Amino acid sequence: MLRPFGQGAALALALALPVAAEPVTTFTLDNGLSVVVIEDHRAPVVVQMIWYRVGAADEPPGHSGIAHFLEHLLFKGTEKIAPNAFSGIVEAQGGDDNAFTSWDYTAYFQRIAADRLDLVMEMEADRMRNLRLTEEDVATERQVILEERAQRTDTSPGALLSEQMRAAQFQNGPYGIPVIGWRHEMEQLSREDALSYYTRFYAPNNATLVIAGDVLPDEVKALAEKHYGPLAPSDGITPRDRPQEPPQLAERRITLADERVSEPYVFRTYLAPERDPGNQKEAAALTVLAELLGGSGQTSVLARALQFDRQVAVYSSAFYDGTSIDDATFGLIVVPAPDVSLETIEADMDRVIDDFLKTGPDPAALERIRTQVRAADIYARDDVNALARRYGESLSVGLTIADIESWDDALSAVTEADIMAAAEKVFDRRNAVTGWLTRPDLLETPE
Amino acid sequence: MILRALFAVLALSLPAQAEMQIQSVTSPGGITAWLVEDHNIPFTALEIQFKGGTSLDTPDKRGAVNLMTALIEEGAADMDSRAFAEARDSLAANFSFDAGTDSIGVSASFLTENRDSAIALLQQALNAPRFDQDAVDRVREQVLSMLRSDEKDPDTIGSQTFDALAFGDHPYGSSGDGTLATVAALTRDDILAAHKGALARDRIFVAAAGDITAAELGPLLDQLLGDLPATGAPLPPRADWRLPPGVTVKDFPTPQSSVLFGHVGIPRDDPDFFAAFILNEALGGGRFTARLMSEVREKRGLTYGIGSYLVNMDQADMYLGQFSASNDKVAEAIQVLRDEWAKIGAEGITEEELATTKTYLTGSYPLRFDGNGPIASILVGMQMQGLPIDYAVTRNDKINAVTMEDVQRVARRLYLPEALHFVVVGQPTGL
Repeated sequence: MLRPFGQGAALALALALPVAAEPVTTFTLDNGLSVVVIEDHRAPVVVQMIWYRVGAADEPPGHSGIAHFLEHLLFKGTEKIAPNAFSGIVEAQGGDDNAFTSWDYTAYFQRIAADRLDLVMEMEADRMRNLRLTEEDVATERQVILEERAQRTDTSPGALLSEQMRAAQFQNGPYGIPVIGWRHEMEQLSREDALSYYTRFYAPNNATLVIAGDVLPDEVKALAEKHYGPLAPSDGITPRDRPQEPPQLAERRITLADERVSEPYVFRTYLAPERDPGNQKEAAALTVLAELLGGSGQTSVLARALQFDRQVAVYSSAFYDGTSIDDATFGLIVVPAPDVSLETIEADMDRVIDDFLKTGPDPAALERIRTQVRAADIYARDDVNALARRYGESLSVGLTIADIESWDDALSAVTEADIMAAAEKVFDRRNAVTGWLTRPDLLETPE
Repeated sequence: MILRALFAVLALSLPAQAEMQIQSVTSPGGITAWLVEDHNIPFTALEIQFKGGTSLDTPDKRGAVNLMTALIEEGAADMDSRAFAEARDSLAANFSFDAGTDSIGVSASFLTENRDSAIALLQQALNAPRFDQDAVDRVREQVLSMLRSDEKDPDTIGSQTFDALAFGDHPYGSSGDGTLATVAALTRDDILAAHKGALARDRIFVAAAGDITAAELGPLLDQLLGDLPATGAPLPPRADWRLPPGVTVKDFPTPQSSVLFGHVGIPRDDPDFFAAFILNEALGGGRFTARLMSEVREKRGLTYGIGSYLVNMDQADMYLGQFSASNDKVAEAIQVLRDEWAKIGAEGITEEELATTKTYLTGSYPLRFDGNGPIASILVGMQMQGLPIDYAVTRNDKINAVTMEDVQRVARRLYLPEALHFVVVGQPTGL
């Protein structure tokens, strides 16, 4: 059933959004595949993204990394596509392809000339159900993901600290397990692990197809029915009701000392609510709070206090991303000046937060953020890939088209009172993990 | 200049708005820009490049251009750092300033509704930066912090080691960010001098894309850039390649070694450049089907990623590559790389590789022009490289004109397996 969203809803949205939203159409195939079409006719290019509603947080215990490993293995081949030939076929048509995995989703994409959509759709649909894997494919690719872990995590003390902090932050839910996997479990991942996970989760009723670019919804619908329509749904798809966090009663503190550390820093995360379907108000307030506290190197609350009024830090930031299924985190990071200890800078950071909770946001700063939110809507239309990603990610964590389209409004509607309420709630040290990244020689000398 | 043919290879029945026209606009004051008008979205992307970049530094002031560039957004005219940032954010304009080895880049995007105000603000930043002492000191500390981080980063250790071995005392031989000693010693006067030498009218390249007409762009160029000094500091001389073959190991406590390798390259304006470009794409393009990705990653699982690159600097041409591999596998990976380098040099590539590489390169080229920001950036890059305004139309023809005979001949010239130098940062075994 074709459910036009853009054209019909544009009038209703016109007041809320200064610039009419990009034309977005959605429909669902009989086998359960959700489809989103984002039109951008400025260049004859299309991006196809398939988003599976499964990620690292859906892995069976003891098999960390299988979601990401399977992502690699999906490039191996099917009955129709020879081993390792998938990307070559796309490239031979002048296209690019890749994939990425997170806790809540696994996504695959191709960018290609718009008249080649038929081909890449055929290929993507084919590997949704018909993957072929040999033991040799699995053994070799397992070495690749171990090298990937070595390159991205094991050689980076900062990445190792973040990994340790997540493991401490989430006491019961699965977000504490790294997407790449724990090394000792990655080494054991097998062909059977990959195939059972694949067979259960890679199915039309567990995926969202996003097609963005120089296409028309009717054409996309015809192609989607042709290629994805015949695929059988999986009967193994269950609600993503994961273990929830208990009340967290005590702050956790982690010190990671590594001789490769040059610039020690303090990193604090707090458990924070995520965006919920139909209720994004608190997440919007936290998003604006992060921007106010640490979004700008010149004007943010942390930068002003720690880098301008006093020169006790060289860098500070605050961040929050609420696009997830379960609880997210709100983060603060401060890199102290060379002669300032981590203990001192942590106390300074907490003083800035305490002061903010007393004084509240500068109304002018809040107004500037509203201006930037409105403008971001205009700038975003220049990047159809980013738009496709926004839709795919949001839908994959259970948000709706209406949630996506109203997010900028939710941000613009945030009041000072909303920010203060969200801040009072989120800045609870019992929910926090505080990490120190340092060097062994700095620990030896008492501060 | 009308580029009707640009997308014709890909699709014949294109919607009218898919046509891209590149215009050359010369301001009343004589500044030239390339422009693609697109009035679909009410904003403009503007790219400005000043040739020279960090290579304009004198040895004792190494890092001056980099620090100066980082300070452009830290206050201008009667605005201190905070006031400038607030003014910019109130307009929802985006400005970024980047110091590269061969140029300083200014990227701006601004809404049509407040274009005049945004340009006035950018004009003040470029022409009247304050360089307040407190801002100099604060940003200097940030640069020093990054320099200390670089000393513990395997990839940066590798590239700095490689550059020093390859180019010695030439500016290319050291980091444009400077050293802890030179940056600590920079004064406000040094920053003022770097500004005067680097942002001059004799080295400007400009491109714009988006919601602006040629008639509007011309006067804007004069307003923005017309008051800059007519001439700047002298550009550096040609950089001599002095890196002998070999392997340099830098001990660093990490489970995985970072490897940078290479030898001399081929000039951008060499008649054989396109053949070399195709050869490199077939060997070391980042794609999964390229030979190095296939042999080192897909078949043997020795690395997460490997690529090679023809690097054309203003004063040197290099052929470089890089990858990371576990300490116990890096020797094998280097051997595979050496074998592949020798093989392609001796045998070239197959007819099929030539055909598929051409299809990929010609087919993917139009995909790069996918937004105002990318278009402005590509157009300014073409001007910097001295390419003609119709290059976007003729480029694919040049790729397609390369013959099997060309690639086999150029392979023998391009690949010098005996000349390769490897810098390995880590604790490799068996090397």
